[in-house]
Amino acid sequence: MTTALETKERLQPGTASSAILWEYAPSIEAVDHVKIAPRYNLFIGGKFVEPHSKKWFATINPATEETLSEVAEADAQDVDRAVREARRAYEKVWRKVAPSERAKYIYRIARLIQEKSRALAVVETMNGGKSIKESRDIDIPLAAAHFFYYAGWADKLEYAFPNRNVSPLGVAGQIIPWNFPMLMAAWKIAPALAAGNTVILKPAETTPLTALMLAEIIQEAELPPGVVNIITGAGATGAALVAHPDVDKIAFTGSTEVGKRIQRSVAGTKKKLTLELGGKAPNIVFEDAPLDQAVEGIINGIYFNQGHVCCAGSRLFVQESVIEPVIRKLRERVSTLRVGNPLDKNTDIGAINSRAQLEKIQELVDSGLEEGAEMFQPVCNLPTRGFWFAPTFFTGVSQSSRIAQEEIFGPVLSVLTFRTAEEALEKANNTPYGLSAGVWTEKGSRILKMAQKLRAGVVWANTYNKFDPTSPFGGYKESGFGREGGMHGLGAYVTLS
Amino acid sequence: MTRLNVRKTYKLYINGEFPRTESGRSYPVKSKGGDLLANASRGSRKDLRNAVQAARKAQSGWGGKTAYNRGQILYRIAEVCEARAGELVDELRGAGSSAAEARKEIDRMIDRWVYYAGWSDKYPQVFGSVNPVAGPYYNFTVPEPTGVVGVVAPEEPALLGLVSRLAPVIVGGNTVVAITSESRPLPAITLAEVFANSDVPGGVINLISGLKNELVPWLAAHMDVNAIDATGVAAENIAAVQQTAAENVKRFIHFDAGEIGWTDERRSQSPYAIFEFQEMKTVWHPMGM
Repeated sequence: MTTALETKERLQPGTASSAILWEYAPSIEAVDHVKIAPRYNLFIGGKFVEPHSKKWFATINPATEETLSEVAEADAQDVDRAVREARRAYEKVWRKVAPSERAKYIYRIARLIQEKSRALAVVETMNGGKSIKESRDIDIPLAAAHFFYYAGWADKLEYAFPNRNVSPLGVAGQIIPWNFPMLMAAWKIAPALAAGNTVILKPAETTPLTALMLAEIIQEAELPPGVVNIITGAGATGAALVAHPDVDKIAFTGSTEVGKRIQRSVAGTKKKLTLELGGKAPNIVFEDAPLDQAVEGIINGIYFNQGHVCCAGSRLFVQESVIEPVIRKLRERVSTLRVGNPLDKNTDIGAINSRAQLEKIQELVDSGLEEGAEMFQPVCNLPTRGFWFAPTFFTGVSQSSRIAQEEIFGPVLSVLTFRTAEEALEKANNTPYGLSAGVWTEKGSRILKMAQKLRAGVVWANTYNKFDPTSPFGGYKESGFGREGGMHGLGAYVTLS
Repeated sequence: MTRLNVRKTYKLYINGEFPRTESGRSYPVKSKGGDLLANASRGSRKDLRNAVQAARKAQSGWGGKTAYNRGQILYRIAEVCEARAGELVDELRGAGSSAAEARKEIDRMIDRWVYYAGWSDKYPQVFGSVNPVAGPYYNFTVPEPTGVVGVVAPEEPALLGLVSRLAPVIVGGNTVVAITSESRPLPAITLAEVFANSDVPGGVINLISGLKNELVPWLAAHMDVNAIDATGVAAENIAAVQQTAAENVKRFIHFDAGEIGWTDERRSQSPYAIFEFQEMKTVWHPMGM
C-alpha cells in the first residue's frame, strides 16, 4: 500500500514538480466474507473428486506470498477421466438439451456470477495480484456479461451463419492464462456452451481459485454433470488435454511459444484450434492528439493489470514534434500511480503475478539498460514481501532492441518516435505479432486510414484496452487465429455444413 | 512436306512474368497413355522465394484496390477464359480428359470466377458487423486479407481444383503463391497466360510447377507466408505440413472435396471459403459531442 507520504518521497526532484499529490487514506477491501477452502479437488462430472495423482500444490497470494489454499494436480489419467465425462455429457445429455433450455442454464451462470461478484473480485485479487479496482469493475462484471451475451446466442445460431447448418464440435479443451483468470474462463466457456459443446477448462497454475469458485457456481446452476469440467494443474496437465485423442477442439490463450507447440501437437488430427497469443502492441500518438487524454490512454494501455495484458500498448510511438510534452506528462502521471496492496481500493498497480514473471520482467528491463535505453521509474517504496515492479518506461529505445521486440508482460513501456504516418505504420507493423494497436489523433480520416493499415485484430482509436462481449477480439500473424467475443466468437465452436 | 509445328515452352508464372526456373531443371509430363506432352519447369526453393517476394510486394496494392475493381478483374478473368476456352479444353484433353469432360470442367471453372467476382463487394457485408458495446463507443468489425497465401492445388481436376481454391483467396485481397498439380501442370501454366492478359497485377497470382515433395515443405516453412491451403497435399504429408506451418502460426486450411466436391456447388464454392483467408479487425472509437 502506498500512502501520500510515500508518494511524495518517491518523486525525484525536478522530475514531476507540477504533479498534484493527493492524500489517500488506506481503504482496504474486506475479506472476511470470503471463504477459501483449504484444499480444492478436481471438478469432474459435476463433483469435486480427488486427483488420481494424489498430488496437490499450493496456490499463493503474490502480494504476500502467503498460501491461500492447495489445489489438485491433474495427471494424464485425471485428464482422461474429465474427457470421458465431457464426452458422456455431450452424447447423452447436452446435445439433446433444447437450445432455448441451454440458453437458460448459461443465463443462470451469468446471474450467479453477478450475485457473488464481490467474493469473486476479492479472490481474484488475492490469488492473482491485480488491484481490486480492476477485478471489481472490469474482470468480474465482464465475465458475467460474457455469459449473458452468449446465453442468448444458444437458440439463434443459424442467424450467425447464413445458408449453413450449424453443429457443435463436441468436447472442447480450453487452456487459459493467469492474467484474467475469471474473465478468460468466461470467454472460453460461454461461447462453447452456447454452441452446444461440453468443456474441460484448465486454469493457469498460479490462478486456479476463481475457476474453482466458478465450478461451484456451475453446480449451483444445476448444469448437467460433465458439461463443464474444471481441472487444475501446470503445463503437463495442459499438454495432456491437448494430446487427448477424444478432444474435438482446443482453445488456448497464452504465450506464442506455447501456442506454436500446441499447433504442432494437433497437427494431423481433426481437432479444431483457436489461439490467442502474445502481442507487442504499438500505441501511436500524433502531434494533433489531445495529449492529456492520450497520456491517460498510454497509462491505461501499459499499466492496466500490471502490464500482464497480451494486448498491452507496450510500444509507444510519439510524433517527434510532441515528444517533449508527452514525456513530461508521462513522467508526472506515472509518478502519481499508486503501487501496493491490491486489496486497497486506491491501488492502481498491484502485485506481479509470480516470482517467475517478476524475474522475466527484470531480465528484460536489464537488457534495455544494457542496450543503452534510458529508464524512468518513480521511486517506490515497494512492500518487502510479495512480487512487485514499479511502473517503468524507457526512452531512446531503438527499433531492434529486445524491449521493443519481445513481449515483457509487465509494467514496462518502450517509447519510440516517428516523423510521418508512413514511418509510424512501418515501425508499428514491423513485428511478428498483430494483436492490437492504438492511435491517437483528432483527424478522422487519419484514424480510419491508420486503423485500416495497422496489421492488428483490435484497433483502439482515441481509447485503449476496452473490452466487450459483443466485440470480437483476436490476433493477426503470430498473435494467433480465431476470434473471441461477438458473433465471430461462435465460429470457434461450431462446424458448418 | 507438312509444316513442323511450333511447340510451347511451359515456364513458371512469377510477378506477372514467365521466367524459366532458376534451377534450369524440368520434368516430363505425360498423358494418361504415357506419351510425352511437354517438359514442365521443375521449380525450386529459390523460385518459391522469388514468388513469395513478388506476392508480398503486390499484396498491399491488390488488397487496397476497391472491391468493385477486384470484382471486375475477376470477371475479366472469366471473360478471357471464355474467349480462350478452346485452348484450355485442348490442354485438359491433352492431359487425358475426354472432350465432354474437358468442356464441362472449363465451363465450371469459368462460372466459378464469375461466382467469386460477384462476392468481392458483398462478403464484407456478410461477415462484418457493427457491435453494440455497453458504452459510449462506436465499434465495428471488418474482414481484411490475411496477406500472402500458399495454395497447394489438388492433382485433379487440374484446373477446376486450382481455381476453386485460388479464386476465393484472391477475391479477398490476398496474393497467392500456388503449386500446381504435379501430374497435370500444363493447363495451369496456360491459365497463367489468361491472368497475364486480364488486368491481374503482376505478383497477385504466382504459379510454380514442380515436385510437391520438393516444394511444399518450403512453402509451409516460409516465414512471410501467412496461410497455407493444403488441399493438394497428399494425406500422409498433411501432419508434417501442419507442423511446419506452426513456425509462424500460419493459418492452415485443408479442403476435402470428397467424391463429388468439385462439382457440388454448395461444397466447393461459398463465401466461407473467402472467410477462411480473412482476418477480422475490430475498431473502437469513443462517441461524444
